[in-house]
Amino acid sequence: MTQLDLIRNFSIVAHIDHGKSTLADRLIQSTGTVKDRDMKAQLLDSMDIERERGITIKANTVRIEYPAKDGKTYILNLIDTPGHVDFAYEVSRSMRAVEGSLLVVDASQGVEAQTLANVYQALDAGHEIVPVLNKIDLPAAEPERIKQQIEDVIGLDAKDAILISAKSGLGIPDVLEAIVTRLPAPKGDREAPLKAMLVDSWYDAYLGVVVMVRIMDGVMKKGDRIRMMQTNAVYGIDTLAVLKPQMVDIAELGPGEIGVFTASIKQVRDTRVGDTITHERKGCETPLPGFKPAQPVVFCGLFPVDAADFEALRDAIEKLSLNDASFSSEMETSAALGFGFRCGFLGLLHLEVIRDRLEREYDLDLITTAPSVVFKLYMKDGEVRDLHNPADMPDLTFVDHIEEPRIKATIMVPDDYLGDILKLCQDRRGIQLDLSYAGSRAMVVYDLPLAEVVFDFYDRLKSVTKGYASFDYTISGYREDFLVKMSILVNEEPVDALSMMVHRDRAEARGRAMVEKLKELIPRHMFKIPIQAAIGSRVIARETLSAMRKDVTAKCYGGDATRKRKLLDKQKAGKKRMRQFGKVEIPQEAFISALKMDG
Amino acid sequence: MEDWRNGGFGLYLHWPFCQSKCPYCDFNSHVSTRIDQDRWQRAYLSEISRVGAETQGRLLNSVYFGGGTPSLMRPELVSAILARVRATWTLANDCEITLEANPGSVEAGRFRGYRDAGVNRVSMGIQALADGDLRALGRAHSVAEARAAFDVARTTFDRVSFDLIYARQNQTLKNWQKELSDALTMAADHISLYQLTVEDGTAFGDRLAHGKLRGLPGEELSADFYAATQEICGAAGMDAYEVSNHAKTGSESRHNLIYWRAGDYVGIGPGAHGRLSQNDDRWATEGLRAPGAWLSKVESEGNGEALREILRPADRAAEYLMMSLRLREGMSLPRYSSFAGDRISPQKLADLVEIGMISVATNQIRATDAGRMVLNTLIAELSAA
Ligand SMILES: Nc1nc2c(ncn2[C@@H]2O[C@H](COP(=O)(O)OP(=O)(O)OP(=O)(O)O)[C@@H](O)[C@H]2O)c(=O)[nH]1
Ligand SMILES: C[S@@+](CC[C@H](N)C(=O)[O-])C[C@H]1O[C@@H](n2cnc3c(N)ncnc32)[C@H](O)[C@@H]1O
Ligand code: SF4
Ligand SMILES: [Mg+2]
Repeated sequence: MTQLDLIRNFSIVAHIDHGKSTLADRLIQSTGTVKDRDMKAQLLDSMDIERERGITIKANTVRIEYPAKDGKTYILNLIDTPGHVDFAYEVSRSMRAVEGSLLVVDASQGVEAQTLANVYQALDAGHEIVPVLNKIDLPAAEPERIKQQIEDVIGLDAKDAILISAKSGLGIPDVLEAIVTRLPAPKGDREAPLKAMLVDSWYDAYLGVVVMVRIMDGVMKKGDRIRMMQTNAVYGIDTLAVLKPQMVDIAELGPGEIGVFTASIKQVRDTRVGDTITHERKGCETPLPGFKPAQPVVFCGLFPVDAADFEALRDAIEKLSLNDASFSSEMETSAALGFGFRCGFLGLLHLEVIRDRLEREYDLDLITTAPSVVFKLYMKDGEVRDLHNPADMPDLTFVDHIEEPRIKATIMVPDDYLGDILKLCQDRRGIQLDLSYAGSRAMVVYDLPLAEVVFDFYDRLKSVTKGYASFDYTISGYREDFLVKMSILVNEEPVDALSMMVHRDRAEARGRAMVEKLKELIPRHMFKIPIQAAIGSRVIARETLSAMRKDVTAKCYGGDATRKRKLLDKQKAGKKRMRQFGKVEIPQEAFISALKMDG
Repeated sequence: MEDWRNGGFGLYLHWPFCQSKCPYCDFNSHVSTRIDQDRWQRAYLSEISRVGAETQGRLLNSVYFGGGTPSLMRPELVSAILARVRATWTLANDCEITLEANPGSVEAGRFRGYRDAGVNRVSMGIQALADGDLRALGRAHSVAEARAAFDVARTTFDRVSFDLIYARQNQTLKNWQKELSDALTMAADHISLYQLTVEDGTAFGDRLAHGKLRGLPGEELSADFYAATQEICGAAGMDAYEVSNHAKTGSESRHNLIYWRAGDYVGIGPGAHGRLSQNDDRWATEGLRAPGAWLSKVESEGNGEALREILRPADRAAEYLMMSLRLREGMSLPRYSSFAGDRISPQKLADLVEIGMISVATNQIRATDAGRMVLNTLIAELSAA
């Protein structure tokens, strides 16, 4: 049990790649929490996919001990958070467990869209914020200009911003001192009934479900009988530990402390992040306000390339969702693709990460269908339905109107590229809400349909601005629009996996782009293949893929048999990555590629 | 009946040397100035005896000297080989003994010797009837030399055939139609007509990769070339009995039919492939590819094979499908099923009949003319079923 005034809890927040995890490395290392020989870069990014892509996906907590200049030793709980917008939810809930934030800003890049989003969240959570200017070792670093920018754009006092290089370790002692002197100590009452916030939970192959808590009041001990206030489930605490970053057993956790426990909980789904944990008996009366659960916003179908892998896919999805409650799944049958799952994700990166993990960790080959958002169908009989899959669109005669999710997008961009950004947003049916300048950077705020953003908006944004724009969004609500379902017919047969909801005014252009793209993506067959886009029974675009005319080996004698047979085997393996639609085979890449729009 | 008897039994003998290397050629052929033909003779004879011991009592339907350029072999060498062949197997009465020849004057001088050794058929690589095109193909002979050599062959052997390569650089359909008609007046009863294939690892392959091989026909023109070839040959009574082979009925190459009908064949020489059935297994054999290494291996180990493996049933099925559908006569469904352990789905067959790619008669399927043009795709389609 640690005295409250010797505890400091904080999150490290920043725009993607500004150096949060590297700063965490230095804090962990300089306090001797992890021995030098066990150190590696971005130590806390432990998932393969995090290491490979060099990004943080999951927030991570570490408890470090810091002997401060005042002669006292403090317990610091740091939470390293992800920067990518898809995982913003990880940031917001992490912030609820701590009292302060280190706001890291890359001194060569300055304030970006997520910097801003993070500051708003930190202020919302009532945090004390310490700005840290990182990467001052870079020749392009301009700390003075960036300080000014922080003041202008964010309105935060930056004169005491700490200048550091997380890479070289420069300025790290100042950061540690500032944590102790500038961030507030937690509050709490040791004598009050136990009140703990369930911050996060994950599945560990050896330990089962591990639950991370922040104690607000009271004391949690090993062996305690506890109750989850939302689910009313009761458990006995098997192990209690703190993260350094590996689990180190501890006898008790008191107010202000952050730790983890296991309690023979079967599934991550049995734990609700934001829930309040108290003792079974003599529990606290009022729970903490809780968090809004993370809502999947992008949906797509995942199907095994080889139908025989369906069970394996089911298994893999189950295992992955043990660890990621924000990813939803439901069985789906597609006329074309057979059995699979309709899955929900926090965004496209999240989708990619999950698909990647399924393919790699479980050795599956998957077909991913067109990502879609959730439309609200207002039926004539008054019912309101959620449409997760365009293939499920009912007959229009029953539908009164359709609403689609909109987002508030904040984009920061050097003003040279402002025109391109405005055009991009306009093309995507955006409504400009705000435009302001800070020096040579513009900040634009747009109201955009989420559906227009999920495919390739981010890619387009990066390419039209050569990577200089940054982007953040929040879901802002639903709005009615003239939306229709566009079907794609290949050889006269509808391919349900390629159908999509589009705005009526954009249907012809989308349809034309789709059929042209498919004409390139589908290999020629022994017969000619019409490819059409249609709204209901009305064809709005059409292309014909002509029949293959000649494909025959001129010479094939006894000496060629082996080689030609191996070629045939290769061709057959390639066929396995194709899907049969009636008599036509469509390569699986077509499902994703067809949806990427050029220009 | 053992399955291989449907195709018969033949011997392929590979001679890996040429006077010069043609830029389009990916055969196991090498240019070498000093070839000790006596040494080669000992090796060939020893190999024939080795494989002969495994195939005792079989009736031999065909012998084929392929290359490389077998017409660089001394007639004495050919004679010694054929003597050993006769001592090893019983030759069928109509045993076909073919030798591939290049159409130079020197070669023509050896034709009588080959005939006396027992060769009864010659296949000559004329390739083109236009001097400019022969140069572009890197050939060492002229049209006039080729015609002269062919005349000698016709008077020397009972059966002669020659090869042409078409769909060449900058060739027009019109030119080819004329050239082919001209060729058909020369031809006896057999001709092989190959569309130029640019193979990886050849000089042409490199040139193509660097964008320096221009004027090759695209798919459309190449299809037109093929269609025109079928038409002209058909009108001359020389229908294609195989994708690239045309003959008067009864004059087909019996040796090559063994391959396409999935018979057995012994492969002797550097890089030569064989297929041998024993009991219920079918073996694939392959000689060591480098000529010098093969020779040494035979001398030191008494065996030139680099590989000998049992074909899996699926491989046998795939090979049979792939080879037999090249023939106009097509493929026997029961034979295919006996390898594959499964039949091709009737629905798939019906679909392919419907789009005009195959025809099905009792127990036999054939690629139609349209189907033969896209045979690789058709085969992939059938073998995936
Ligand atoms: N030159 C220099 N590079 C740095 C510094 N700090 C971090 N980097 C580099 O910046 C890149 C991103 O660093 P991370 O620590 O992974 O950034 P992050 O903010 O955790 O990124 P996300 O978790 O993906 O949002 C890495 O290549 C680091 O090596 C620094 O002080 N100087
Ligand atoms: C074994 S090869 C060579 C025989 C002999 N050495 C000659 O060149 O005349 C048999 C035939 O295959 C054909 N051929 C070889 N390479 C070819 C290619 N790349 N494309 C098309 N036909 C080819 C030629 O017509 C050649 O005559
Ligand atoms: S085409 Fe014939 S002559 Fe030319 S290199 Fe090949 S085998 Fe030798
Ligand atoms: Mg990170």
